[in-house]
Amino acid sequence: MDVANSILSFSFYEGLVFGLVAIGVYLTLRVLAFPDLTVDGSYTLGGAVAAVLIVAGVNPFLATLAAIGAGFCAGLLTGILNTKLRIPALLAGILMMVGLYSINLRIMSGANVSLLREVTSFDIIANLFGMRGGSIAVSIILALAIAAVVFFALNWFLRTEIGLSLRATGDNEQMVRSLGGDTDKNVMLGCAVSNGLVALAGAIVSQGQGFADVGMGIGMIVMGLASVIIGEALFRPKGVTWLLVAAVGGAFVYRLFITIALRMGMAPGDLKLITAVLVVIALAIPYIRKKARREWIPPAVRW
Amino acid sequence: MSAESLLQLKKINKVFSRGTVDEVKALNNINLEVKAEDYITVIGSNGAGKTTMLNIVGGVFPPERGGKIVVADVNVTGLSEYKRAAYVGRVYQDPNIGTAAKMTIEENLAMAVLRGKSRGLRAASNKQLREEFREALAPLKLGLENRLNALVGTLSSGQRQAVALVMATISRPSLLLLDEHSANLDPRTAQIVLELTEMIVKREKITTLMVTHNMELALRYGNRLIMMHEGRIVVDLNHEQRTGLTINDLITAFERASGSKFNEDELLLRG
Repeated sequence: MDVANSILSFSFYEGLVFGLVAIGVYLTLRVLAFPDLTVDGSYTLGGAVAAVLIVAGVNPFLATLAAIGAGFCAGLLTGILNTKLRIPALLAGILMMVGLYSINLRIMSGANVSLLREVTSFDIIANLFGMRGGSIAVSIILALAIAAVVFFALNWFLRTEIGLSLRATGDNEQMVRSLGGDTDKNVMLGCAVSNGLVALAGAIVSQGQGFADVGMGIGMIVMGLASVIIGEALFRPKGVTWLLVAAVGGAFVYRLFITIALRMGMAPGDLKLITAVLVVIALAIPYIRKKARREWIPPAVRW
Repeated sequence: MSAESLLQLKKINKVFSRGTVDEVKALNNINLEVKAEDYITVIGSNGAGKTTMLNIVGGVFPPERGGKIVVADVNVTGLSEYKRAAYVGRVYQDPNIGTAAKMTIEENLAMAVLRGKSRGLRAASNKQLREEFREALAPLKLGLENRLNALVGTLSSGQRQAVALVMATISRPSLLLLDEHSANLDPRTAQIVLELTEMIVKREKITTLMVTHNMELALRYGNRLIMMHEGRIVVDLNHEQRTGLTINDLITAFERASGSKFNEDELLLRG
């Protein structure tokens, strides 16, 4: 019972944090139809910026805000590469991911930064509620508060005039332009917000685990993809609210699987391969189904 | 400004694939003056430059240097497509282009009412707007006013084109461009969409350019007829000149003006 309880609460915490990554991926991939690989770099960027600032004595919450800002700028740049320089979305993301690797090393002046003796956002929350630092309850409170704010903010934003224009851009770009919407601006804004959220997740995780590492973001995009796909399969969402629920719910289920698999003795190093295979299967199923029904299938998209 | 000119095209040229073996002069010194509330039908064979002209007016691409486009006394020559949308509404041949499939009818119309306005952080739709949408949809008599929450992708292509038409006109742009907007529909639906067009254009008094492949339609609708050939306007008939004309008269006029034999069956037959 204790084991089940700890698995569940740990997955719940991780589901909330990685739910932010899932929402970010959902924003670019599903809302904007922009497969954005910047995520791997901006996640680490968030962790690095927060960690370095905390070590430098900045208030951990301010450091987290700065991390969001850094991720926002990274996403903005990806959007600019795509819209203003006409670099295909996938390549723009890869270029940013590669470039950010060097930037992250520079920010941390090395491969990692330790937060072991520093006061993090978690410690402040623990003090506030008079709880023991590092307990799972504290982690859940902080993650839940942040996830709730993000959830309600986006649920509102995507229904505003700008938000609607953003969603329409992913659906039918030409229509948006013919109705007076600036699709370039929408793509830039969407990428920026998405990567801001991803960086926020990176900042929280680095404070939770007590360090930022240059490799912490590897495979983040695939994990976000897996969460979105699982969420969509489980919730069959229609409408903005349920799509957001599906992203977070998918992240929770995904983390639950991973946590259980790790407890059952799976080597942590195999985790990314299993995630990758999971996504391959999920993406291939619709194709195989169509093939079985002898339907016409368009050639694979190369860009 | 009822009798003033609403659209002016001056010295409009357009060359595609310049400097290659495929170089083609799509528009050849087009000069056109359209009066406010005119409803002009534009006809011509494939490659005559009809759609290129609409794209130039709509701002999809700019004309060659020296060309000038004025809409409602505003020089829009240098404005990008999305900025020009404030003045110009457009319905495309393909209903999929004019509407967003994964969004509801309400959301599509909410996008359309913001044509030419800045988009902010207000809620995109509200009770008052929904009422306005229902009023705009009701005259279509397709029952869409009761289906505001339906995804546009679930509608038939005729219904989608009707929604696209409402979207192009709901914010009353100065100019409406119709690019063979009934050509992809089955004959009965095409008829309905054309009648809806007539109704909306008359009611809102929108100046309209309708490109068509179909001579019969070109004669039946509008108050002025333009025929294009190889990037030039070769026939331009006002309401009086056009009254009583038959398709054969049009062919004769075309042959005399263009100096070439009329040999396109499809111009007579296609929607």
